[in-house]
Amino acid sequence: MSHSKIAIRVDDLTVAYSYKPVLWDIDLEVPEGVLMAIVGPNGAGKSTLIKSILGIIDPIAGSVSIYGKPYDKQRKLVAYVPQKGSVDWDFPTTALDVVTMGTYGKLGWIKRPGGKEKRAALEALEKVGMLPFKGRQISQLSGGQQQRVFLARALVQDAAIYFMDEPFQGVDATTEIAIINILKELRKAGKTVVVVHHDLQTVPEYFDWVTFLNVKKIATGPVKDIFNDDNLTKTYGINYKVAVNQ
Amino acid sequence: MDAQLEIQLIAAVVAIACAIPGVFLVLRKMALISDAISHSILPGIVIGFFITEDLNSPLLILLAAVTGVITVVMVESIQKTGLVKEDTAIGLVFPALFSIGVILIAKNANDVHLDVDAVLLGELAFAPFDRLIIGETDVGPKSLWVMGAILSITVGMLFAFFKELKVSTFDAGLSAALGFSPVVLHYGLMTISSVTVVGAFEAVGAVLVVALMIAPAATAYLLTSDLKKMLVLSVIFGVFSAIGGYWMAHFLDASIAGSMTTVLGLVFLAVYLFAPSKGLIAVMYRQRQQRTEVSLLTFLLHLNNHEEESERHVKHLNEHINWQKVRSETVLELAEKNNLIKIDKEIVALTPKGKEFTDLALEYIITNKDEHIEHMKDDFFLFRG
Repeated sequence: MSHSKIAIRVDDLTVAYSYKPVLWDIDLEVPEGVLMAIVGPNGAGKSTLIKSILGIIDPIAGSVSIYGKPYDKQRKLVAYVPQKGSVDWDFPTTALDVVTMGTYGKLGWIKRPGGKEKRAALEALEKVGMLPFKGRQISQLSGGQQQRVFLARALVQDAAIYFMDEPFQGVDATTEIAIINILKELRKAGKTVVVVHHDLQTVPEYFDWVTFLNVKKIATGPVKDIFNDDNLTKTYGINYKVAVNQ
Repeated sequence: MDAQLEIQLIAAVVAIACAIPGVFLVLRKMALISDAISHSILPGIVIGFFITEDLNSPLLILLAAVTGVITVVMVESIQKTGLVKEDTAIGLVFPALFSIGVILIAKNANDVHLDVDAVLLGELAFAPFDRLIIGETDVGPKSLWVMGAILSITVGMLFAFFKELKVSTFDAGLSAALGFSPVVLHYGLMTISSVTVVGAFEAVGAVLVVALMIAPAATAYLLTSDLKKMLVLSVIFGVFSAIGGYWMAHFLDASIAGSMTTVLGLVFLAVYLFAPSKGLIAVMYRQRQQRTEVSLLTFLLHLNNHEEESERHVKHLNEHINWQKVRSETVLELAEKNNLIKIDKEIVALTPKGKEFTDLALEYIITNKDEHIEHMKDDFFLFRG
């Protein structure tokens, strides 16, 4: 795999809530076609980094570009899976409807989803194995099923870059494997996938690229080169040798 | 058109105009904001009235609506300091603005045809007396035209921005990432809500307009899991309460607005108790049923584990599993109804279906994977998660 093209470039990004910096002077280049984990302790700014790239949070300094242009101009190339806990699952809507929301971006303001969007949504539900549940109210789905619906919603966006905020949180082992297989397929298709990830044990198995983050960027690069005790210790502040090698 | 009909028509239009933004306020957990807006627009209305001397003037409505939006901005900026919580911020802002309005009215009470009672409760009965005259022709009550115009704008916005409102209400982060600014949509909704409240307040007053916004949506929420249906149901409940309230007031010789709100309250209470799946009685029935199902499962597992007849005698169930007689009968009935057991000479045995059921249920309980038990969810609450 050649990493010639840069999919995401982050320059001097600083984000602060009130006066406390959450991300400090982040420089990051993510090559096209990698499956990248962002790892770091709680409060390291992992979600914030994704949200700033997507323009959900305004940084106080720095800039972000997607394939060389600002995010505003490249929205349609990007899909986003927020943390499952960030929405109200009692909202009156069905699995199919939530997935259809993924098509709204390409539709733009006012235009409504039609048959084409619905077909795309059904196809995405099928890919994540959730077609039988298309009409179910979303609060009636299990945690893993809800996460699959979110993944389907991102797939339907048919993007070049996928951002996912802790997609494995609170899901069962079957769903985790189903999700990672889909992510690997996306990479095979040349897409770039960025995942906020918590479970260090699975990093070498799931990902080929990794970014260590703890307010500052510690390291970024291929998992086989930089996923080592040294960087883990720098990121988490304690010796991780035992935990990871177990 | 006679006055009776006109009043009912105005009441219905007000109810629909309130119900639509109300649905989104309820889903955004912002019901209290409508309370704040409905009170804090008072100074806007009073100042607008000094200028225009006409409660139905578009300028007055605009001025008052701006006060409503200012309320939201003030609440949010106080909340953003992190020094107080949102409910506290609301409680700080609207009484302050409302009291300014009350003082303004009191100071000018002699010159102004506007009193605090009318502001709080409105007076629908007088609405037909204020006519809109174009040229020489009487085209109907002014407030009907004003509310009609507000309703048309609301419905137009709803049709145009339905998908944007839906996605930003459900998932503000995704909405922002897709390019539908949640901030723009939020303030759009706040503006519509403020305009509606101002338009409605003359008819139903500042206190009851909140009920018209929140109660229909809260009622509809208990009945459906589809946003479009929720909107339609809210409108139906709103109109029903408006007309029903009118006639209740007619027969009791009471306040129309008060009666409308009472009907709304009664409708909510009825739905709260009797709604098919989210209603109180349905929930209690489900919980009872689940308890029985847990007993059933315990019983089936017992049968599964014991071959010896002494353990499977109908009469011994009470002692063995420590149930009261009533409970064992309920459980036996449920098991038989579903063909899970057969009873031969008072000896209970699992049917093949019962065996399969037990195995699947056991697997589900151990692994928490529900792929194999989908078909069981229809008959048993226990497996619906």
